[in-house]
Amino acid sequence: MTGRRHLLAVAAGLLAAATAGEAHAQQRLANLYMFIPAGPGGGWDGLGRAIEQVARQAGLVGSFQFENVGGAGGSVGLPRFVGQRRGRPDALMVAGSIMVGATLTNKTPIGMKDVTPIARMTEEGGVIVVPASSDIKDIRGFLDALKANPGGTSVAGGSAGGTDHITLGLILKALGRSAKEGSYVAFAGGGPAQAAVLGAQVKAGISGLSEFAEQIKSGRMRALATTGDARAEPGLPTLKDAGIDVVISNWRGVFAPPGIRPDAREKLVALMTELHALPAWKEMLKTRDWGDAFLTGEAFSAFLAQDVTQTEAVLKEIGLA
Amino acid sequence: MMDTIAGLQLGFSHALTLTNLGWALLGCFLGTAIGVLPGIGPALTIALLLPITFQVEATGAFILFCGVFYGAMYGGSTTSILLNTPGESGSIITALEGAKMARNGRAGPALATAAIGSFVAGTIGTLGISFLGPVVVDLALRLGPAEYFSLMVLCFVTVSAVLGGSALRGLTSLFFGLLLGLVGIDLQTGQPRMTLGVPELLDGVNVVLVAVALFAVGETLYMAWRHTDAKAQVRKVGSIMMSRSDWKRSIGPWFRGSLLGFPFGVMPAGGTEMPTMLSYYAERKLVKPEHAGEFGTTGAIEGVAGPEAANNAAAAGILVPMLTLGLPTSATAAIMLSAFQSYGINPGPLLFEQQGALVWTLIASLYIANIMLVVLNLPLVGLWARILKIPQPQLYAGILVFATIGTYGISNSVTDLVLLYVIGIIGMFMRRFDFPTAPVVIGMILGPMAEQAMRQALTISEGDWTTFATRPVSLAILLLALAALVGPRLYGRFAGAR
Repeated sequence: MTGRRHLLAVAAGLLAAATAGEAHAQQRLANLYMFIPAGPGGGWDGLGRAIEQVARQAGLVGSFQFENVGGAGGSVGLPRFVGQRRGRPDALMVAGSIMVGATLTNKTPIGMKDVTPIARMTEEGGVIVVPASSDIKDIRGFLDALKANPGGTSVAGGSAGGTDHITLGLILKALGRSAKEGSYVAFAGGGPAQAAVLGAQVKAGISGLSEFAEQIKSGRMRALATTGDARAEPGLPTLKDAGIDVVISNWRGVFAPPGIRPDAREKLVALMTELHALPAWKEMLKTRDWGDAFLTGEAFSAFLAQDVTQTEAVLKEIGLA
Repeated sequence: MMDTIAGLQLGFSHALTLTNLGWALLGCFLGTAIGVLPGIGPALTIALLLPITFQVEATGAFILFCGVFYGAMYGGSTTSILLNTPGESGSIITALEGAKMARNGRAGPALATAAIGSFVAGTIGTLGISFLGPVVVDLALRLGPAEYFSLMVLCFVTVSAVLGGSALRGLTSLFFGLLLGLVGIDLQTGQPRMTLGVPELLDGVNVVLVAVALFAVGETLYMAWRHTDAKAQVRKVGSIMMSRSDWKRSIGPWFRGSLLGFPFGVMPAGGTEMPTMLSYYAERKLVKPEHAGEFGTTGAIEGVAGPEAANNAAAAGILVPMLTLGLPTSATAAIMLSAFQSYGINPGPLLFEQQGALVWTLIASLYIANIMLVVLNLPLVGLWARILKIPQPQLYAGILVFATIGTYGISNSVTDLVLLYVIGIIGMFMRRFDFPTAPVVIGMILGPMAEQAMRQALTISEGDWTTFATRPVSLAILLLALAALVGPRLYGRFAGAR
């Protein structure tokens, strides 16, 4: 079971009648090719298909064509998208912070600089948890333990070099330690990492808030702090509240191929802006528990550049980039 | 216990409606079909069916998904046995004896014991989900990376059962498998290893691809190369039904395989492959002396019944952490969880309390799907077995086409087709020079799992190797592995000295 799946999935036929009764906006694009550099069912695939659902119902886009090419945090799909769709005005790729890290650790010749940023759509903050049985009661206790003995404070999370690993690296740096000293245990996928925390095999865990939310609610894990800019819950501090200047989230957005004309780029930005304004999109964010992180144009490009720089600095320090 | 029975009653009352039975039947049918096709697994199928969750109510959709999941486990053994072409990693061990049985005119009994074994295992697994779920999950969570590493050491002992005549040749094959397993991004450091700059290799080499390449493509190329006598043979199909002796020889393996498979499925890092290996090893050691000669030669029915039951019971076990804790421990479970989320249901430890009716309906539909599948699959045995009436040259050509299409279906990647034929040619030479191919696949499955578990354990213990011996469960498993390795030899020497 390698989680690898690249495949062509034309899902247009599967999603027929669903458009009755909605007030139709003006159609912006007759056809949109949506490239997902991950297997079906994951976060990027979920965002791509959510965009399809809302855009088609509102009549913004006539039809969608999907292609999934999964593998290695998007490192397999990205070169294919760049190579095959260069200059095409009607193609979008879903990607996000995972791809920033993956292209850096894999040292791929093609990186985020080779695609055209259109819009950041969602974000999900991370959360730091400990097993319910742990001696560590709050974020202060965790930071003290980490500062005193980073090697003995094992932290579980997703694959090495990913958002969870970078979060730990940034915290260690903020504590005046080296990111390299951390005792990070990488697990393939959210299930095994959750199991390691639940079974108290590790001292703590870092992952997306939604991944751990149900375990926290049931009292099997204790949440210490979230990693986003604002508090996700009133009683749960952010890292900034705890005096650690680290803000990091798992963001997802859409990108166009390289070499598209400025007016084509404007058109895609306008399409995503219009989609974002729809009540159906707000509803979708609420059902999926996604944070709204809408950002377009130059502001998105600047954010991306900063994210790449920050990620690269941490990865270099850990010795992964 | 009483809660469970009340829950099941509620579940059956929902599941036995006409619509829900229809969904179960559709799921079973689809699942069997995709199980037979190599390359397309249940995870992919459910992912492609996800858009229907926008239109169908939750219960119906999950009954459909569970039907697909169980059905794929039934169908997976068919191509393993008939064409030596496993469609998923849990069926690789089934191919070892199954394909040999088919070649010797016993395709019918092999397929039948796989289908009935799947039914027995599915029923035991579903009973396990209903009655033992929360208890076994808590036990399974106590196993950490150190214990998993020890379990994999135990599984490595099973390689000795497939080494063949020459230990040197067998171990060479094993190391070739370990080498192939190293290709791709290393989980603990994120660095690519031995990918030769090919992005398609970043996620490693697919183990099903390697099994198909070595078992099916290698064999076919070898036949084309060495098959010089011009007379085309038609294989015997033999009796379709299981004889009384087949039944007698299958019952033990069915139950042992099921009891072995279920706990591995429940373990967060268990999977379906390890129990099939252990079951194969156990059956090979436990077989009555008069049938021992059939292993590896004409094909022993125990070697099909045990691993196939282990595979199915493990598949059922995978649903336990998903339903009781919301933990996705396989690709299929992960996709099902994302389907829960698109209904606004958050799977987790509170699922049973908050969505009791849905969960119990789902469990009830598993019992129903299991019965539907055995009814659906047993009549198909005769039909499938007839495939072997095709004359050998055409049959082998067909296998090659089937293997090629299936591999392309896994990934849509030309790189994989090149790999299939390169490894196939290696397989042809291995066959020519009497190197066993099964250790390659075992090495490839266990190697990367053992490596990651070992490094996770050592990170947690801050590099202290004694962690494997100071954790009691880990130590017990290691001692068991030692006993399995040297026990028979000591016993042989002791018995010989007397």
